[in-house]
Amino acid sequence: MSTNSHEHSEPLFRISKRTGISAPKAWIIRGIALLMALVVSGLVIFAIVKLNPTKVYIAMFEGAFGTPKRSWVTIRDTMMMLCIAIGLAPAFKMRFWNIGAEGQILMGGIATAACMIYGGKAALPTPLLFALMLVTSVAAGAVWGMIPGVFKARWNTNETLFTLMMNYVAIQLTSFCVSKWENPYGSNSVGIINQLTQKGWFPAIFGQPYTLNVIIVMALTVAMFIYLKYSKHGYEIAVVGDSENTARYAGISVRKVYVRTMALSGAICGIAGFLAVSGASHTISTSTAGGRGFTAIIVAWLAKFNTFVMILISFLLIFLEKGAIEIASRYNLNDYASQIITGIILFFILGSEFFINYKVNFRRRHN
Amino acid sequence: METVAAVQMKNVTKRFGTVIANNQVNLELDRGEILSLLGENGSGKTTLMNMLAGIYYPDGGEIFVNGKEVSIRSPKDAYELGIGMIHQHFKLVDVFTAAENIVLGLKEAGRLDRKVIAARVREISSRYGFDIDPNQKVYDMTVSQKQTVEIVKVLYRGADILILDEPTAVLTPQETDKLFAVMRNMRDDGKALVIITHKLHEVMDVSDRVAVLRKGEYIGDVETRDTNPQKLTDMMVGHSVTLNIARPKMEKLTERIEVQHLTVKDPEGVNRLTDVSFTAYGGEILGVAGISGSGQKQLLEAIAGLQTPEAGSHILYKDSDGREHELIGRNPLDISRMGVALSFVPEDRLGMGLVGNMDLTDNMLLRSYLNGRGAFADRKAPKKLAEQVVKELEVVTPGVTTPVRKLSGGNVQKVLVGREIAMNPSVLMSAYAVRGLDINTSYTIYNLMTEQKMRGVAVIYVGEDLDVLLELCDRILVLCGGQVSGLVDGRTATKDGIGLMMTQLHGKEGKQ
Repeated sequence: MSTNSHEHSEPLFRISKRTGISAPKAWIIRGIALLMALVVSGLVIFAIVKLNPTKVYIAMFEGAFGTPKRSWVTIRDTMMMLCIAIGLAPAFKMRFWNIGAEGQILMGGIATAACMIYGGKAALPTPLLFALMLVTSVAAGAVWGMIPGVFKARWNTNETLFTLMMNYVAIQLTSFCVSKWENPYGSNSVGIINQLTQKGWFPAIFGQPYTLNVIIVMALTVAMFIYLKYSKHGYEIAVVGDSENTARYAGISVRKVYVRTMALSGAICGIAGFLAVSGASHTISTSTAGGRGFTAIIVAWLAKFNTFVMILISFLLIFLEKGAIEIASRYNLNDYASQIITGIILFFILGSEFFINYKVNFRRRHN
Repeated sequence: METVAAVQMKNVTKRFGTVIANNQVNLELDRGEILSLLGENGSGKTTLMNMLAGIYYPDGGEIFVNGKEVSIRSPKDAYELGIGMIHQHFKLVDVFTAAENIVLGLKEAGRLDRKVIAARVREISSRYGFDIDPNQKVYDMTVSQKQTVEIVKVLYRGADILILDEPTAVLTPQETDKLFAVMRNMRDDGKALVIITHKLHEVMDVSDRVAVLRKGEYIGDVETRDTNPQKLTDMMVGHSVTLNIARPKMEKLTERIEVQHLTVKDPEGVNRLTDVSFTAYGGEILGVAGISGSGQKQLLEAIAGLQTPEAGSHILYKDSDGREHELIGRNPLDISRMGVALSFVPEDRLGMGLVGNMDLTDNMLLRSYLNGRGAFADRKAPKKLAEQVVKELEVVTPGVTTPVRKLSGGNVQKVLVGREIAMNPSVLMSAYAVRGLDINTSYTIYNLMTEQKMRGVAVIYVGEDLDVLLELCDRILVLCGGQVSGLVDGRTATKDGIGLMMTQLHGKEGKQ
């Protein structure tokens, strides 16, 4: 009797980890996922708003690349996202959960805005002003990243909570600065800084306002790739991320690596703040980071910390965002409709990673 | 009275890959008795009990509970049959109270009434003499209290067959006495108990019957009152096996490492090593024997600069010019900067000696990444070294760019040992270097150790197989409960003698 009650039946399907998958096969899975995403969201579009999905997709494309200006904005925002993801890469490679990019961006932004406002008033020469903006934004971001790093190294605090809370401190600091730099008085915003003189604004290169953004971020992409893959520091980061015990065994000072890497991570996020203020919006507000510090975590992880793959993923996310805005306004859709489409596409792309890492075995029929 | 056994295992076999953990084991357990399951490390005691607890499923043989054949596929099945196991590592939620942990996972209808639960917990406690406060949080408990919660948890679920896996390993002697008292109460209440232990005096003290396993085989069982520690040791270690490991003798020995009064505490403040002193010579293999967890790990890590010993401890390294260097207070990097070539093959190969996700080249880099000037790591030399290790030690791998975690255990070990020997060490330490390896790979490792010895290296070899220690090592240091219980000549010592020292029967008893 008890034998029967403990009889076993094989489940309908089992999930097992893949031991390894060839790169082309992985890309085929990703491609299928994208295709399925387009089909499913097409069906959803048709079912909900009775629009022709092809037209909607064309509208999305036009939202991102419809005019030269739009194309440049898409590129600018892609660079911004990429810059943050590059900043997060060393931290996450070290398995240090830096959820604090938002705060680090804001700190870099505050530093930049301060330089623009006070440096503009003091009529500093442009090269000096730029040098100052770069140095202060890097320093501000680095400090903001280093604080949780030091606490983790010394007292083993939980970095996820710590970095997250540092975001709120940075937001409060930004509010304070906004109230201090309010312009015009009573508007509760800083307004466009140096609108007339354009002091501290990124100069147009080759006739395009965002060329400098591209140059800076591309340089960072290459530099971070080399740093993580070939430098001694990059090697230490990888060892600490895999096993702290092995790091200690090899004589690596785990504390030092935590602090140094978080300073670097924060510094690059600080540069992102510099780009956002000096290279894009020319103003500062509590929404300067705008959640991108969180979205960039997805970018960093999906790319497995390969900065060149990050270009692709940042672009995809920004493309979807721009497309969603366009279809919302063109077809007079509620914001949610376009977000559903973005959601479906992201769901499939993220979901494809599951099928790349795991295999689903179905129960064999035996009669 | 019924004569049917509570548990009967017939010809139970369990394999892990090619390793046979249990081979055709027969075991019987009656109600109202405490059975000791005795055996060396890796003799298959825990595996056998895990099959009763539903953690493993046997590959062959039958299990009967109360005379009925059963198939136990999960811990839930085991509970339904009244079998409960208290594992070596506790599985409790720190922020819950004792009572909350006890009912965790039970699917009882109705709402959670803490008072009723607490009352039942108290009732169980008073029946067997447990000392437990149902409302105490687990994080406030001592190890012994946590263990009590685990036992009550099992009883709460109605278990009448209890398996305790090395319950005394973490207890003080006083706590052990208390545990044994409640075990006797449970036995007198008609429950069937199994206790897994290495400590012979505890076996003699608490059990009614002893069953012995050796290398996965069932050796036999005896009534405790008809036996003595000497007979049990004989059953446990068996007769010496001749392995034919070459053991040349070096005429010229040089003092290398002198350990003086080494005391190491773990983060909980418990002594893992107490006043250990010995000298390791270049040109000999010093074996370290002991039951697992007797301080071997702490000893090697202290020498390697990975532990913080207590004040008064000294580890002196003597270089070829006769100068002495204190190693305590220095990390592994400082030690190598002092010019001390110290190689260390730790027990946890992928968790400490190697980086699992990195390929062979990058793992070779671990010891040399700081070499050379500039910010970039040189991968040319490590790549060459990786290729050399693969060739010389016959590592089976698709290439030097394969992550080491994808290699088999033996090949992982070859990579690690190969790297450490390539450092040209003057001291080579290894912990359980052949654990999980097949015979051929094991011999490769033994030969490498001997080769290093002949080069004048001081080799410290922590092992678990006494036959191997006796054939490989020039001298053997025996640890028991973190103390030195003997230092014997490997050529004259006997297996029985070392077995007794491991359980410390010469005069002193257990740890303080």
